[in-house]
Amino acid sequence: MAIIETRSLTKTFGKIQAVRGIDLNIEKGEIFGLLGPNGAGKTTTIGMLCTIVRPTSGQGIIAGFDIARHPTQVRRKVGIVFQDPTLDTILTGRENLQLHARLYGIPASVRNLWIEEMLELVDLRERADDLTKTYSGGMRRRLELARGLLHRPAVLFLDEPTLGLDPQTRARTWEYIRTMAKREETTVVLTTHYMEEAQNICNRVGIIDAGRIIALDTPENMIDTMGGDIVTIQAPKPPLNQIRSLPYVSAMKTSGDTIEITMKSAHLHLAELLSMIPEVISVETRKPTLSDVFIKLTGHDIRDDAAENSESWVETIARYRQRGK
Amino acid sequence: MSTNILQKELLGISAVWWREFKVFWREKSRIVSSFVQPMMWLFLFGSGIGASLSIGDINYRDYIYPGILTMSVIFGSVFFGLYIIWDRKLDVLKAVLVAPVTRISIFFGKVLGGCTDVLLQVLILFAFSFLFPSVNPWGIPLALLILLITSIALVSLGLALGSLLESLEGFQVISSFLIFPVFFLSGALFPIDDRLPSWLQVLVKINPLSYTVDGVRGALLGIHTYPFYVNLGIIAFFAATMLLLGSILFSRMK
Ligand SMILES: Nc1ncnc2c1ncn2[C@@H]1O[C@H](COP(=O)(O)OP(=O)(O)OP(=O)(O)O)[C@@H](O)[C@H]1O
Ligand SMILES: [Mg+2]
Repeated sequence: MAIIETRSLTKTFGKIQAVRGIDLNIEKGEIFGLLGPNGAGKTTTIGMLCTIVRPTSGQGIIAGFDIARHPTQVRRKVGIVFQDPTLDTILTGRENLQLHARLYGIPASVRNLWIEEMLELVDLRERADDLTKTYSGGMRRRLELARGLLHRPAVLFLDEPTLGLDPQTRARTWEYIRTMAKREETTVVLTTHYMEEAQNICNRVGIIDAGRIIALDTPENMIDTMGGDIVTIQAPKPPLNQIRSLPYVSAMKTSGDTIEITMKSAHLHLAELLSMIPEVISVETRKPTLSDVFIKLTGHDIRDDAAENSESWVETIARYRQRGK
Repeated sequence: MSTNILQKELLGISAVWWREFKVFWREKSRIVSSFVQPMMWLFLFGSGIGASLSIGDINYRDYIYPGILTMSVIFGSVFFGLYIIWDRKLDVLKAVLVAPVTRISIFFGKVLGGCTDVLLQVLILFAFSFLFPSVNPWGIPLALLILLITSIALVSLGLALGSLLESLEGFQVISSFLIFPVFFLSGALFPIDDRLPSWLQVLVKINPLSYTVDGVRGALLGIHTYPFYVNLGIIAFFAATMLLLGSILFSRMK
C-alpha cells in the first residue's frame, strides 16, 4: 500500500487556484521529487500533506491517516524542512533539537541519544552548543534536516532543502538526505529547482505546473521520452528537409546558424548525418536531462524562474533572510 | 491511550514553557531594563513628588510601590504576548505549530512562559522592598498571588492581540491606546476617592487593573477601597475571560 495517497487534492486562495486536483501514490521508501516553476503549487501541496494548509477539496492519506480527519496522527508521522528558515536563532543547535524532541513527545529515556545521533549525522557536534544565529547558511540547513528527522518520521518533506547553498554544500546535503533516507527507511518528498540534482537523487519525479501534475515517472523514463540524444550542430547551410526525413531523427529545432537535433543512438548515426551537412563549424552531443524534459513539457525553462545559472541572486536572498534573523 | 495523549500535551506545554524561559534568561538586557525602569519611576518620579506630598501618613514613593509593581506586570505581560507577532514574522513559530501538539497547549505553554518571566521580574522588585519602610513584608505572598493572576490575564490578552495583528506597527498603537491608559487609570499613581472628577472615577472603576492595584496596595500597605475577596474575584474573572479569548484567537491564528 502506498504511504502517501492523494485524490484530487485542491487548494484555492480566494481567486488563486494554487493546486488544481493532484493525484499521487508514493510508495514507502521512495525519494520523490516535485518539480515545477515558481508558483506551481509545490509548497502548498506539501503544506496540505503536513496538515498546516487546509485543503479546499479532495483527499490525502499518509501512513493510513486522513490529513483532514486525523491531523495529529499525520503530524506524528511526518517531518518537514520548510522552504524558509525556521530555526529558533536565540537557542543553540542542541536546544533547537531538545525543543523539537519534547514537542514530538520523544521519551526522555532516548531523547539525548537520538539528538546526539542526529548531530553526528549532520556533522554539527562541535557547534551544537553555539547559538544558531552564529551558524552559516549551510549549517542551519543541516540542523533543520536533523530536526526534521529527529522524531523518525515515516515521511520527510523537504521544500527546497538546498536553496541558497553553495554547490559543494548542496552535494553534501543531498548525500545526507540519501544516507538518512536509507538508514531510517524514510520516504522523502522533496522539491527543488536544481534539475540535475533531482535527476540524481529521485526514484520518481512529478512535474507540476500551474497546480497540476503534468508528468509523473522515473527520471530515466522521462528522459527516454525525449527520443534519444541531443546533437547541436553549428553550420551555415544545413539541408533541413533532408535531415528531418531521416528515420532516426525525432525532433529538430533551429536558431540562427545552430540546429538542435534529437536523434536515437547518436553514436551509430552521427557520421552519416555529418556527411550530409556542408561547412560544419562545431558539433556537440549530449544526453538529454530533466531540464530538457521540463522545457518540452512546460514550454519554458525552470531556470528562467529559479536562477540556476544566476547563483548570485539566490545567494543574495538567502543572505538577506539570514540577516533578517 | 488517553493518558498517553495527555502526557504528550503536557510535554508540549512544558516544551514551549522551557523555550520561553531559555530565551528570557538569555536576553539579559531585557531583565535589566525590566528592573531599571520601575526603579526610575520609584526613585526619580516617586522621590521627586514625595518631597512635597504624602498620602495619609505614607510617603508618596512608598504609596506608589504597589502601582509600580502592577505597572511592571502590565508592560511585561502584554509585551510578552505581543512578541509573537515578531516570532511569526521570523517563522520561529512555524516549526512549533506543525508539531503534533494542540494549539491550546502551545498557548498555555506561552502563558506559563510569560507569567514566569514577569514573576521573576516582580520578585527582583520585591527583593528591594526593604527600601520602602511602609511596606509590610508579610503581605508579599498575597500581593504575588494577585500579580500572578493579573499576569495570566495580560499575557493572554497580549497573545490574543498578537494573533490578530499582522505587523509590528500595531505595537505602537496598542502601547499608546491600551497599555498607557490602562496604567494611568488603575490608580497606580494616585488614590481613588471622591475628589476625582466623576468621569475619571467611572473609567477607573471599569478598569480591571484598578482591582489589582487596590488588592496589592491592601496587602502591602494596608490601604484599600474594596475588600480583598472582591479584588481577587474580579481579577480571577478577568483572567478566566482572557484565557478563553486568547486560546480561541490563538487557535484560529493564520
Ligand atoms: N497563503 C497564501 N495566500 C494566497 N495565495 C497563496 C498563499 N500561499 C500560496 N499562494 C499562491 O498559491 C500559488 C502557489 O504557491 P506555492 O507557494 O505553492 O508555489 P511553489 O510551487 O512552492 O513556488 P516556489 O517555487 O516559488 O516556492 C502561488 O500563486 C501563490 O501566490
Ligand atoms: Mg515553494
